[in-house]
Amino acid sequence: MTERQPRSDQRAQDQDQNEVSLDSANVARPAGAHGYAGAVAVANEPEGPLGRPELATSDTELAVAYEAGVAPKARSQWAYARIRFFRHKLAVLSLIVLVLIGLVALFAERVAPYGFEYIPFTDAEALLENPNLIQESLNRPPQLEGKHLFGTDNLGRDYLSRVIFGLRTSLWVAFFVALLSTAIGTAVGAIAGYYGGVVDNLLMRFTDLILTLPGLAVLLTASAFLGQGDPLKVGLILAALFWTALARLVRGTFLSLREKEYVEAAKASGASDARIIVRHMLPNSLGPIIVNMTLVIAGAILVEAALSFLGFGIQPPNPALGSLISQGQAEGLRTWWLVTFPGLTIVVIALAINFVGDGLRDALDPTQRRVRA
Amino acid sequence: MLTYVIRRLLYSVVVLVLASMLVFVFVTKSGDPLAALAISPNVSEITVQNIRERKHIDAPIHERYYYWVKDAVTNKFGTTLLDNRPILPDLWRVMKNTLQLVLVAELLAILLGVSIGVYSALRQYSAFDYSMTTFSFLGLATPVFWLALMLQVGVVQILERTGNQLFPIASLSAVDPGSGLEFWIDRAHHLVLPVLVLMVVNLAVYTRYMRAAMLEVINSDYVRTARAKGVAERRVTMKHAFRNALIPLVTLVALNFGALLGGAVVTETVFSLDGMGLYFVNALLTNDPYPVMAWLMITAVMIIIFNLIADIAYGILDPRVRYD
Repeated sequence: MTERQPRSDQRAQDQDQNEVSLDSANVARPAGAHGYAGAVAVANEPEGPLGRPELATSDTELAVAYEAGVAPKARSQWAYARIRFFRHKLAVLSLIVLVLIGLVALFAERVAPYGFEYIPFTDAEALLENPNLIQESLNRPPQLEGKHLFGTDNLGRDYLSRVIFGLRTSLWVAFFVALLSTAIGTAVGAIAGYYGGVVDNLLMRFTDLILTLPGLAVLLTASAFLGQGDPLKVGLILAALFWTALARLVRGTFLSLREKEYVEAAKASGASDARIIVRHMLPNSLGPIIVNMTLVIAGAILVEAALSFLGFGIQPPNPALGSLISQGQAEGLRTWWLVTFPGLTIVVIALAINFVGDGLRDALDPTQRRVRA
Repeated sequence: MLTYVIRRLLYSVVVLVLASMLVFVFVTKSGDPLAALAISPNVSEITVQNIRERKHIDAPIHERYYYWVKDAVTNKFGTTLLDNRPILPDLWRVMKNTLQLVLVAELLAILLGVSIGVYSALRQYSAFDYSMTTFSFLGLATPVFWLALMLQVGVVQILERTGNQLFPIASLSAVDPGSGLEFWIDRAHHLVLPVLVLMVVNLAVYTRYMRAAMLEVINSDYVRTARAKGVAERRVTMKHAFRNALIPLVTLVALNFGALLGGAVVTETVFSLDGMGLYFVNALLTNDPYPVMAWLMITAVMIIIFNLIADIAYGILDPRVRYD
């Protein structure tokens, strides 16, 4: 997210897109000239029905402060996006929660009180010390004072530790799916939108084909075919289905960007297709791409959990939240904590990601409305 | 319009054929359904050999696909691999059960979703609006199977504490459901929890969709014009705004309904309901390509038909849409 310096071949783009980023070159300007930059920022805000009034006012304030020379320096497009994001309190809070959960998953070995498969009474020494260990550890409900915050299962395994390890796999799969499907979707959409014609037709018909298929059924069949259990395979299968929405989105953006003057200018100055796509058009469609990525992460977590629960996703010995819930179901519903806590973890993650996505949409994609289906 | 429909249908046929080839290869290659049978001491080698010959298991894959197509067209999707059971009657039975579940849940979700969405939009940023937005965010973040399990957990906990089983948590009917009215009361009792799960999931989506559509319409020029020329507020919201806000929802509902006819896979599995979804999962677990293929064809046709209905309905309701 470095501020781009206007270069000869990019000047046209910068002038077209945002007057603000010109200011990042730190050109000294009289105070009066700054008013325009502020005005552009206001114009970027969602106008009309669904724009939130409080946002508009505060940006107007910004512009006013700017004009008065109170605001010390000009801001790039990204800086404005950052400001807009941090104004979305729920999104910031969710981001903090996500980072914390991510850290727990990353350092699972150190954070988790026990190992994923640690069964207390297989520990001979501990058993010698306390002969009642078996009775004590089986199927214990969660205790606030004791060691087992999420309770234990019928082998005495600590469920908090199991959830933490499951969290790691589930998050890994979700991010993997998000990255891969974003890469595929962007590439397909960019190529289809940039070249148009036959290429566009072929790629979009292919995208439609995948969209027409019953999604869950294809997922189930594919994982039955490829063999389940392995997080990498599950991630690949999910990514193969998740890229379609983004491909359509990017194609739409590229179709309209293609007609812009700065693209024409780049073409006239002899830039290659690849350069125009990557350096000129892609940066201008990053907003929707990033927002879509958050949607994919949330979706992938939910779908992976469902697959693992049905027995077609990640399977033991690989830990995953979905299969932990299915273990809880298999042990009967009396031990309610075995079902409740892994599921609650999924809800918290999905909720937080959705909120972050909402904040990012407000910040990066001001033309999109906040309230969408 | 007619050329549009014909072109769409032709394209769908191509999709169907491609999808059926792909899935056939996937399912037949994913495992040998006869492996378990072959090592079972109760089954003679001749039986296994008979099945192999009857279903042409040892033929190359493209020949097997050809045999399947022939069987599907001339013999109503044929029979299952292991017990040679006709597939279509089973499929009709589970589809009837799925329809009962899906119809009730969808109807409730639409009614509630539309009312909540419209009311939220009319009272934007009110306490009601905020709580409903929170609810739909929660609904969108909750895994369906977990919601179903938590309801079951609740029922079991109440059963443990009070000795009262509020609702059945599995299957569609009691062991001896009786007949006539008695049967339907029992069926309704069994369907309460599954319907609730399916409804909540769809309700979250419909509410958000309806709210967004209504907000957009309320602030549009023609509604402002209607107000400006003095149309009564009630008439503005109900006639000018509401009816137009419903248009996008029609598309969504049609698409959703088409997809749900394939069975609410997760809900049916958790509640062990004898519906399309559970049928599919069980067929997949036994590695039997024939019921899987039959299920896929019927479901895909449903999805295609409802997609088409959605598009046509949109064109009829919104004359600005042109087919080309």
